[in-house]
Amino acid sequence: MFALVHLVPGDPVRLALGTRFSQETYDALRERSGLDRPLVEQFFTWFARALGGDLGVSFRSGDTVTSLIAERLPATLTLAFASILVALVIAIPLGTLSALRPRSVVDRVATVLSQIGISVPDFWMAIVLILVFAGTLGWLPTGGYVPLSEDPGGWLARLVMPAVVTGVVSGSVITRFVRSSVLEALGADHVRTAQAKGLPTRQVFTWHVVRNALLPLVTVTGVQLAYLLSGVVVVEIVFSWPGLGQLALQSVEARDYPVLQGAILLFALVFLVINLVVDLLYTAIDPRIRR
Amino acid sequence: MTAPVLEVSDLRVRLRTPRGPADVVNGLSYTVGPGETVAVVGESGSGKSVSVLALLGLLPARVATVSGRALLQGEDLLTMKPERLRQVRGPGAGMVFQDPMTSLNPVLTIGRQLIEGIRAHGDVDKAAARRRAADLLGEVGLPDPERALDRYPHELSGGMRQRVVIAIALSNSPALLIADEATTALDVTVQAQIIDLVEKLQAERGTGVIWITHDLGVVAGIADRVLVMYGGRCVEDGTVDDVLERPAHPYTRGLLGALPDLAEPVDGVVPDLATVPGTPPPPTDLPKGCVFWPRCPVRGDARCEHEQPPLAVIGSAAATLPHRAATWCTEGPEGGRAG
Repeated sequence: MFALVHLVPGDPVRLALGTRFSQETYDALRERSGLDRPLVEQFFTWFARALGGDLGVSFRSGDTVTSLIAERLPATLTLAFASILVALVIAIPLGTLSALRPRSVVDRVATVLSQIGISVPDFWMAIVLILVFAGTLGWLPTGGYVPLSEDPGGWLARLVMPAVVTGVVSGSVITRFVRSSVLEALGADHVRTAQAKGLPTRQVFTWHVVRNALLPLVTVTGVQLAYLLSGVVVVEIVFSWPGLGQLALQSVEARDYPVLQGAILLFALVFLVINLVVDLLYTAIDPRIRR
Repeated sequence: MTAPVLEVSDLRVRLRTPRGPADVVNGLSYTVGPGETVAVVGESGSGKSVSVLALLGLLPARVATVSGRALLQGEDLLTMKPERLRQVRGPGAGMVFQDPMTSLNPVLTIGRQLIEGIRAHGDVDKAAARRRAADLLGEVGLPDPERALDRYPHELSGGMRQRVVIAIALSNSPALLIADEATTALDVTVQAQIIDLVEKLQAERGTGVIWITHDLGVVAGIADRVLVMYGGRCVEDGTVDDVLERPAHPYTRGLLGALPDLAEPVDGVVPDLATVPGTPPPPTDLPKGCVFWPRCPVRGDARCEHEQPPLAVIGSAAATLPHRAATWCTEGPEGGRAG
């Protein structure tokens, strides 16, 4: 990861200084940021500091990387969780309905919708939403972000569109998983046992179908959440959402190695943590995994 | 004789399949008396399982069309309202399924699965239902029933799981117990234990039993009556003695010929196992005459190819349980097995 970042052509010092600068300032800045030293040495210096929680300083702004990330984190968390909420609200009922009536009208409509949701580019959906809801109707602001603590109404108004765009994409993926896992659970032998016991239909459904369809749902939701948390670059840019995806993109453009490395490290951590949480949920859901 | 627990007449099941409609059960009629065990035998695909699943409305309604009549204690199961049918599943008829590895929900405890069945049919509080569940597990011979309640299916062996499935089926003291290949997946010693258990419970409670199997050894041990199914029809029925000792239908004879008979080696050599050549007809394309005609080694009557022989009484019609067979060819090349 470290190597990859440094392999990208382009000189961060040159980019940071702009078009007019003297050789002295260039050398001074290069020395100060440690870029004149061998790559291996740079790596170990960075690594040792990172272990201690010091991710370095941005070439561009001079702020610490941790403060830059901390600044962006609330926006990213907000958008990711709102999106996953939208995704589940779409996917669970739609997937379940299509599994209950396979090849029915509902099922076909759901399949077409999720196909559209997966294939329509998110920036296009974002632009259409902006044109309709911010432009023509004027109901919602075109973008930006306000913290919840400052202006709850504005926070929600600005959150709706980006959350819907990313939520629809994730929701389309999850719908398919819900459909196939509910379908599989419905066909299980033990569901017939439950029916033969004379349980009411709802009880059969809740405890013998849905309960068993949860495992794949948790997996795919985890994957989608990790993806959302590592920043949805295009959507963040279209909606001027100050999240981590935007930060990562800006630091790529500026060859701002410390910030980029910090962001990537965070994304890796997010994946690890989410996988851990998913595994813990598995054991809670399925007793067969407990031992 | 007292009123039968179950009276099935002209049961027909048609399934919608990708290859067209499949007539899986074609006019099946039989009765099960209280305390009586009726064994339904036949090859895989003969319609045994489907015919009992149809009784309890356990076939998916989208693909299955069921017609006929099935009176359980005087009430027709096939025309029942869904809510009434739900009430009947359990106290009216309990069912034990073939594969104990898959017929229990892997993510719920044994206790939960028993208790929910008990509580679905009566105002029983949790503690009482739990006591009853533990009693049931004790009855079916599960060691340490109290602890078993808190276990999950994967923590038990196949035999133990099947006991749990039986306990579930018995939990509402059903008038009728349907065992669909209940011991097929189990090893022989466990199989014997399960059969003993069902017989004991049956003697205590007077439950009528339908025992579906393709194991004729089990039939001889457990059944009062035997119904031989082929191509979705009953081709022969009667008492165990009649059917197993004096089989009339060429198919039944073929089935019995396919039993390894260890007792009678010829010249010190055990003869090769006889088989019924061929496979059962696909239910999407049943023969127009006798269902067994394509595989029949006898074909003793010109009508067989074009006409289905009716189920007719052979032997003494005066017997309380007449021996019937759907064939015109009661005199085959082999005669009766007992000779």
